[in-house]
Amino acid sequence: MPTASQISMVPVVVDDDKCIADKGCRTCIDVCPLDVLWINEETGKAHMKYDECWYCMPCEADCPTDAVTVNIPYLLS
Amino acid sequence: MAIPDDIKVMDVDVLVIGGGTAGPMAAVTAKEKNPDASVMLLEKANVKRSGAISMGMDGLNNAVVPGHSTPEDYVKEITIANDGILLQKGVMAYAQRSYSMIQKLDKWGVYFQKDETGEFDMKKVHHLGTYVLPMPEGHNVKKILYRRLRRHRVKVENRYQAIRLLKDEAGVVSGCIALGTRDAEVIVVRAKAVIMCSGAAGRIGLPASGYLFGTYENPSNCGDGHSMAYHVGAELTGLECYQINPLLKDYNGPACAYVTGPLGGYTANAKGDRFIECDYWSGQMMMEFYNELQGGNGPVFLKLDHLAEETIQEIEHVLHTNERPSRGRFHDGRGTDYRTKMVEMHISEIGFCAGHSASGVWINEKGETSVPGLYGAGDMASIPHSYMLGAFVYGEICGENAVEFARERDVPKLDEDYIIAERDRILAPLKRTDGIPPSQFEYKVRRLVNDYLQPPKVSKKMDIGLARIRAMENDIPYLYARDPHELLRANEAQHIFDCAQMAAVASLYRQESRWGLYHNYVDHPETDNENWFCHVQLFKGENDNMTCRKREVEPYVVELDDEEKNAYQQLRVQAG
Ligand SMILES: Cc1cc2nc3c(=O)[nH]c(=O)nc-3n(C[C@H](O)[C@H](O)[C@H](O)COP(=O)(O)OP(=O)(O)OC[C@H]3O[C@@H](n4cnc5c(N)ncnc54)[C@H](O)[C@@H]3O)c2cc1C
Ligand code: SF4
Ligand code: SF4
Repeated sequence: MPTASQISMVPVVVDDDKCIADKGCRTCIDVCPLDVLWINEETGKAHMKYDECWYCMPCEADCPTDAVTVNIPYLLS
Repeated sequence: MAIPDDIKVMDVDVLVIGGGTAGPMAAVTAKEKNPDASVMLLEKANVKRSGAISMGMDGLNNAVVPGHSTPEDYVKEITIANDGILLQKGVMAYAQRSYSMIQKLDKWGVYFQKDETGEFDMKKVHHLGTYVLPMPEGHNVKKILYRRLRRHRVKVENRYQAIRLLKDEAGVVSGCIALGTRDAEVIVVRAKAVIMCSGAAGRIGLPASGYLFGTYENPSNCGDGHSMAYHVGAELTGLECYQINPLLKDYNGPACAYVTGPLGGYTANAKGDRFIECDYWSGQMMMEFYNELQGGNGPVFLKLDHLAEETIQEIEHVLHTNERPSRGRFHDGRGTDYRTKMVEMHISEIGFCAGHSASGVWINEKGETSVPGLYGAGDMASIPHSYMLGAFVYGEICGENAVEFARERDVPKLDEDYIIAERDRILAPLKRTDGIPPSQFEYKVRRLVNDYLQPPKVSKKMDIGLARIRAMENDIPYLYARDPHELLRANEAQHIFDCAQMAAVASLYRQESRWGLYHNYVDHPETDNENWFCHVQLFKGENDNMTCRKREVEPYVVELDDEEKNAYQQLRVQAG
């Protein structure tokens, strides 16, 4: 059963310039109830890896550097 | 046979599954009652920000506070709102502890609104009594619970999804098997007593937006607990009494009667007219809501545009900063301002939830399920309309009783064969190299639920829906996960699949209509008290068939007179 990949516009955006994941921060990744934020292997910064968001906002509220912005998912906006 | 090395086994006295609201309270209470007991809290996400109250809460929806109401008043109100089908003793046990729980939380630092004299500032939203206590600064609940967990040295294991409960030869629950959501590690937690606090089943239906995670409930609550309880042999109840809520269209957050109602907001039709007497969520209220939505006066709106600037600012402060803070962004994106526009509302997808409705795993007034050693609290259990405070109270009740149960018990024996078979079943999607992605499987089940199982319920439609959902059993051996995260979703999807069947089987069994929209059965439009004044219990029967039976409603502890019984049947505003 062959599979294909589809792209999807994700609601949560991390500002790479502000994110201090390279200094060991994992706060947003720790708190997300749906476990959809992971480290981007290429940039070393946090990013939304899976488009499965409840737009609940702990990631944004708890980020120490205000790097995270939660938008409303496109299908709802 | 021994347990293979790749399966880590941990031993505790009391295991709590789900660290949202009820779970932390259960774990802390067990430790308070017996500080020598080892207590583990297992959470799929992270207890710091998990569950329905991840960002906080706007208020208590069901506070029984002396001077405003008595436990008897409250039991009556919920009996009526629930069309008489409930374990009154269970609601009474909640009501009697409601006030002491508020005092405890107040002492712990949870902020409740108080009036000038320092008394709790109670508001009337229910049809008959006064039970709402606002928490405009309710953001810190999770922080406070977390501090308590640390203080009592509860062992917290985050990012494990409990998947199956274990039992010993005598049929007593003896722990669970769980999956690491980031590394696909399979673990066994052996426990002398287990308390399930895994929340509602909020991912059975598909939100109208089509976004799988745009549900009313925190989507981490997908019905794992309901499925686990079913497979271990516990009874579930009232599953035909769906949870359906009146929400903001597309955003799927509460609209919200409890916050705006006391400040003068209300539910209106397209003409701006009130059409229901009382915005408290009940099946009867939802029926009127649905009729208005479908009729010529729809859609339905939350009306605030008549309120003073000051009041609107107060509402915005609560609704845009507290329990669902992205709501302000949603309105901004649409250009909706409460001052000038009514806000469009809609009805939610279906789910199982005792917190708002009455559907879940059967428990009694001690929090015991029908399987020894297994307790349940909060949205996944069966005490109706229990909301946040009910989750806390039953968390406390279960914590007390489970730790006593564990005290009397030896370390249970594990069933190695079952554990190995389960490990293989749980990990199977990760071993494949292609197949059906969990998201597609999940979408399909949930779409069938919407097409065939949503009310108005029709026998023929439900038969087709059930047959089509059951046919998806054949797809399970093809589920394919590329990484541990997708494996989590694959296992969730199988629980959603179980819950979807439960919704159909229970709905087809109760051949009458009851609870307004929740069980509006077109083939049997009348309420039939002669044959159906009973609970419907669902369980795994002979040959593993999903089976239902009737269970008598136990004698009431608080009697109702005839006029009271009908109070929730007359919710529509009378013309003239
Ligand atoms: C948007 C919203 C607004 C609400 N507003 C109010 C309000 O204003 N007032 C009020 O009184 N009530 C309100 N409620 C209801 C109230 O929040 C809930 O009734 C209550 O919090 C339920 O507590 P719980 O412990 O049962 O579930 P939750 O707090 O949701 O916790 C369930 C936990 O179980 C975890 N879990 C699930 N499956 C597994 C598994 N397999 N393994 C391990 N862990 C698992 C989840 O991650 C979650 O942390 C609201 C609910 C929602 C969704
Ligand atoms: S919390 Fe903020 S700083 Fe830390 S990893 Fe996430 S985005 Fe980066
Ligand atoms: S908004 Fe919630 S679900 Fe979405 S990424 Fe942030 S914490 Fe996770």
